Order: sequence, then C-alpha cells, then structure tokens
Amino acid sequence: MRPLSPVKSPAARTEQIILFRVSGQIFAISSASVQEVRGVDSLSAVAKEISHPDLHKVKQYVRRGEYLVYVVNAALHFGLPTVPPALVFVLRRTRTALLIDGIEKMTSMSRLQALPQAFCHEERVWYRGLTALDQSVVPVVKPDGFLTPEELFILDASLSRKADAQEKLEADAQEKLDTLAQENGAEDDGAENISDTSLTQ
Amino acid sequence: MTLATATDLQSFVLLRLGDRRFAVTANQIAELVAPSRIFRFPHHTAEVEGVILRRGRIVPVCDVAEKLIGNKVKSRRFYLIAQRSYGAQTEWVALPVSGDCELINTEMTLPSDTDAPHISGWLSHGGDVIEVLNIAALTPGPTEIPIATAPLAQQEARP
Repeated sequence: MRPLSPVKSPAARTEQIILFRVSGQIFAISSASVQEVRGVDSLSAVAKEISHPDLHKVKQYVRRGEYLVYVVNAALHFGLPTVPPALVFVLRRTRTALLIDGIEKMTSMSRLQALPQAFCHEERVWYRGLTALDQSVVPVVKPDGFLTPEELFILDASLSRKADAQEKLEADAQEKLDTLAQENGAEDDGAENISDTSLTQ
Repeated sequence: MTLATATDLQSFVLLRLGDRRFAVTANQIAELVAPSRIFRFPHHTAEVEGVILRRGRIVPVCDVAEKLIGNKVKSRRFYLIAQRSYGAQTEWVALPVSGDCELINTEMTLPSDTDAPHISGWLSHGGDVIEVLNIAALTPGPTEIPIATAPLAQQEARP
C-alpha cells in the first residue's frame, strides 16, 4: 500500500501591484495597468498645455500615436495638497497619464476587498477596492477612474474648440493679409498710372 | 412569565454617546471592540471617517454621534461593530461609542409616523425612554446619495 501523497493546497492567486505616493498618501495600482513610468522632465518636453475651468487636475496632454493622452495630477484628483510631482505613469488601455510623487515599492496582493458600500461618492469610481498589506490598508486605484467618459468628452471638445478657434484665427489673419495685399496692389496700380500720366505729359 | 410576554421580549444592546443612551437590536451586532488604528484615504463620503482592520475584514468607521447628539464623541471607548444591510447584502460598520454597552431583554414599542427615519422603535429601561436605532438610516449607502458626477455630465460639449 502506497502512502498517501500530501495534499497540495492550490497556490494563492496574487496580483503584482505598485505602491505609489501622492502627497504622503500611499495608493496601489496593478502593475499590469502601468505601461510606462517616466520622469516629469521628459514628459514636459512633449506635453502641450490644456485648461478647462471644471478640470483643474488636467493641465497637459500628449499625443501618442493617433490618441491624445491627458496628464492627470493625482493630488488634485484626490483633493490632496499638491507637491511638485516627480514621476508620471502612462496607464495602459486608458487615455490617462498620472502625475505622482514617487514609487514606494512593488509588491503583490493576495486579496482585494470591495470598497465597503458605506463609501458612496466618487471614490466608488476611483478605487477597485482595498487591500490589507503589512497591517495597513491601501486603496487600489482603478486606472480608468481618473478620467470619466464625460471628462474625456469635455477635454476632447475643449481641444476641438481650441483647434477651431485657431483655424478661424488663421483664416481671419489670412483674409486680412489678402485684403491688405489687394489694397496695396490697387495703390501700386494707381501709382503706375500716375507715373504713366506724368511720363506722357 | 406567560408565553405571550416571552415572545414579545427582544434583546438589545444599549450604547452610550455622550450623555445619551441608544439601543440597537442585538442580532445586528457583530462585536464590541477596543478602538484600533483608523486607516484614512481620500474619499468624499463625509460620514465615513476611515476604515479599521478587524479579523481580516476592512470595516468602515461611521461616527453617528453628530446626527444623534449634535457633536462627535470626544472619548471613544469602543467600536460597536454592527451589521448594516444593503438590499440582500450585509456589511459590517464600526460605530464609535463613548461608554460601556449593555445587553438587555425588553419589549420594543413601534415607532410612530412622526418619528425620524433613524428610529426603528422605543424602549423603556431604567427610567429612560431610549431610541432603537435603524442603522441603515444612520449610515451612508449607495441608495441614499447618488454619485456626484451629474454637474459634469450635464455640461454640453460642442465639437
């Protein structure tokens, strides 16, 4: 009779996460959601300005391929005091890049608890849930929770209006130039006529 | 004791908030624990202070004293962990209390139409008339407050 082989308990499923800092507060994000981590300086070289009175958290955008990616200041998004950010996360499968203070560490979580239902405002959009790590509780952010579809629509529309306004400005300027050129042309013709007249006299 | 009286008796936990006492039906109470570290993170639900870790669960802390006695409890002796129902689901919520809690068996008088929604009945105990609390009406939940995205959604964006 063969001895019973020891029963192997199935390995606990874990998820790799990045713990990051924003104004002294620690958050977690799935590392699979972060496409790229860059320094703020490298971003500012390619970023363009944008401003909308209702979306102070977005001040820049970058073009990546055919998409516009909006740069969200995480401190302003969460209503935390702002400090100059050092890093930017470009988030996968979203049109968001996130300004943060720094990375704390990479670790893994084995359990994600749904956000208790007592939390019933925007935080339900912000967080996937909460996880307990080293006797502490860390909120796990939703990558697509930084900009809602409505906010993206507003930002896209704002840029579209800006582009229209720019186009109109350029068209007006061109029209003025054309008019001026026409007027100058007419004056030149007149001058030639006068000269011609004076010559004949 | 007659059979009729015995069936009318219910168990309640009496809790203290400042100078006042309130009651919660005992079957809604999970446990009474000493105050532990509150973990705070950004959110917009003013009634929730943060969360505590209890037996591997993450439990929101809801200070109901402001609604009931007009100010927050200054000294917290315990967290009364109650079960709060959200439709078919129940979740734990931790209510800070400022004094000892007591388990009593007594009859409850049903509330009248004019009573506030947080009152699910009345008890008479030790010469006091005590409100029996409706935890669902006192603590926040998704049905009470909609997610505040309306102002942005209502904006018109032109192409």
